[in-house]
Amino acid sequence: MAVNLKKLVRKEDLLSGGHRACAGCTGANILRQVMLVAGRDTIVGGATGCMEVVTTVYPYTAWKVPYIHTAFENVAATISGVETGFRALKKFGDLPVEREKMNFIAIGGDGGTYDIGLQSLSGAMERGHNMVYICYDNEAYMNTGIQRSSATPFGAHTSTAPAGKVKQGKEQNRKNLTAIMVAHEIPYVAQTTPFHWRDLATKVEKALAVDGPAFLNVLMPCTIGWHFDPAIGMQICKEAVENNFWPLFEVENGKYKINYKPSEKKPKTQLADWMKQQGRFKHLFKPGNEELLVKCQEYVDQEWEKLLKLEVMTAEPESVKTV
Amino acid sequence: MARADPGHVLTGSHYLDGDHACTEGALSAGCNFIAGYPITPSTEVVERFARRIPTVGGTFIQMEDEIASITAILGAAWGGAKVMTVTSGPGFSLMMENIGLGAMLETPCVIVNVQRGGPSTGLPTMVGQADIMQARWGSHGDYEIIALAPQSPQEAYTLTIEAFNLAEKYRTPVMVMLDECIGHMTEKVVIPEADSIELTERRKTDKPPGEYLPFAVGEDMIPDMAHAGEGHRYHITSLTHDEQGYPVMSAEVQDKLVRRLCDKIRNNTDEIVMLEEDGLDDADVVVLSYGITSRVARAAVDDAREKGLKVGRLRLLTVWPFPERYIRELAERVKAFVVPEINYGQLVLEVERCAAGRAQTILLPHMGGDVHDPAVILQAIEEAAS
Repeated sequence: MAVNLKKLVRKEDLLSGGHRACAGCTGANILRQVMLVAGRDTIVGGATGCMEVVTTVYPYTAWKVPYIHTAFENVAATISGVETGFRALKKFGDLPVEREKMNFIAIGGDGGTYDIGLQSLSGAMERGHNMVYICYDNEAYMNTGIQRSSATPFGAHTSTAPAGKVKQGKEQNRKNLTAIMVAHEIPYVAQTTPFHWRDLATKVEKALAVDGPAFLNVLMPCTIGWHFDPAIGMQICKEAVENNFWPLFEVENGKYKINYKPSEKKPKTQLADWMKQQGRFKHLFKPGNEELLVKCQEYVDQEWEKLLKLEVMTAEPESVKTV
Repeated sequence: MARADPGHVLTGSHYLDGDHACTEGALSAGCNFIAGYPITPSTEVVERFARRIPTVGGTFIQMEDEIASITAILGAAWGGAKVMTVTSGPGFSLMMENIGLGAMLETPCVIVNVQRGGPSTGLPTMVGQADIMQARWGSHGDYEIIALAPQSPQEAYTLTIEAFNLAEKYRTPVMVMLDECIGHMTEKVVIPEADSIELTERRKTDKPPGEYLPFAVGEDMIPDMAHAGEGHRYHITSLTHDEQGYPVMSAEVQDKLVRRLCDKIRNNTDEIVMLEEDGLDDADVVVLSYGITSRVARAAVDDAREKGLKVGRLRLLTVWPFPERYIRELAERVKAFVVPEINYGQLVLEVERCAAGRAQTILLPHMGGDVHDPAVILQAIEEAAS
């Protein structure tokens, strides 16, 4: 299942230009990469969110495949229904043969996935629909103007968890949604970023190939909400992986595999340097907030250690490994 | 009567939009707990609260959705806080089950709905007034509600304070039916001195622990409250309940409870209702409006009067409970009601019901996205007068 860049770039771009995403948006890039792999035989559902709004400004649409937006909390339920509908048509022989192999993709931001949409996502995963859920995680409600979500990391400034005289941004760590999805014991769960195009494309391919539900959590640095130079979105993705803020890993049938491990002796980037490029963490670099920065590092280290252990714990024993 | 805490009140003249003014109203009223969820065009209310509350003292929590937001404020009210939640159309719909819970538990709370165009996602960034019937009838079962409709940022401030007072007085959820236009309209807002702001205190029981019955009432039909942790052992439930708060599955108890939930507000309609009348003494035609539409109506009424037409203006600051008796009496002496609303005819149904054929009722619907053209209202006045 190797992704071939030459083949990939020759494929039709199914998200057309002219949409209203911000300059430097990494989210539109995620959508394009996903669609290059998924191809035309795909039905996409979008939860309310920035990627829904910017790609579907009536009377235009950027989507060259069928696209359904319903509301904020229910994209997984919507696609559950679409997928089940196709199965019913097939069962009764009402589906043309060329429509029998369709991809069903639900897309939501972190608000529509981690928070208000969690119930419908959980239901869809548990029922086992043959669908892929893709979360573009920009770590806050960007569509309504940068309010905190349960994906917002500790210490980040948002409009509803602002940094000021009394408080220093969000006071909770982010929810580990990827772990929650793993707990649903679905065939495939993975984390990736749009900078790691080969990783992302491979994971989309795997997610679409499995029989049953799959979930991808894709980091989407937001130039507006995170306050960084629009030119460096991809750099932010790259460094987020290098400093373990957003590890690349996948869980196939319960088995963890970390796809990138930074050198322990010579890490390419440090978490604090990465945070310094983002205005949302600006206040953490003021004198007196050193402890908060330490807390950020501790959390990332703790999660990384956990991940390493999970990889070992879920690995097949040497003796049964097939050669 | 209690007075506002000077530490919460931004006394002075400000240039604020309706959303921000609403936040200041809540703070002036002593609101110390908001649970909310981002939704256009209401988010500015909670954003300002999140910025202001750490220095004033209180809590803002952003919940995972609107169902959680309304439920959290009900819990906080029973914990002793003065509470509010803020939303718009789709979020208002999600809140409905628990608005009924609030009415059933007689929980003082304020729900702000900055109305946008609907149904469904509708027009997220544009005005609507189509949640007026939902405010009254949205949750299942019989209950009464109080809903206010500000027409300016200034009133977004004052009516939010009033909403808190009514919620405490009648122990009921009270809705502030803002709309996108007023929410995002910036005007001068004068915030008075704290000691001139009268606040209604919570009705607390003076019974000692052991004697308190959470739903025992006197003549005014409104029970006294005890907060969690104050030493009283009591039970509250969403099931039909008796004076002790215990569930009783019987037609008799249901009858007594539901009648009281409705009558405690119905019987006080005259006291609750706030309206503004202008030139009704010799009017043949009355333009009845509320919220942003009343500002557009005003222009049309002024033009009609210049043309010598006998037209008056009636503005409802309280849309629920509806001033039935008042409209019935007015219908006896006017020829017609002209009712412009940014919906396809909602409050007009109440006007028509109360007028009961004694005066003509003319609906001027507008589906949302912007406000009426005053010329359309003027034309309707002219037709009604002729």
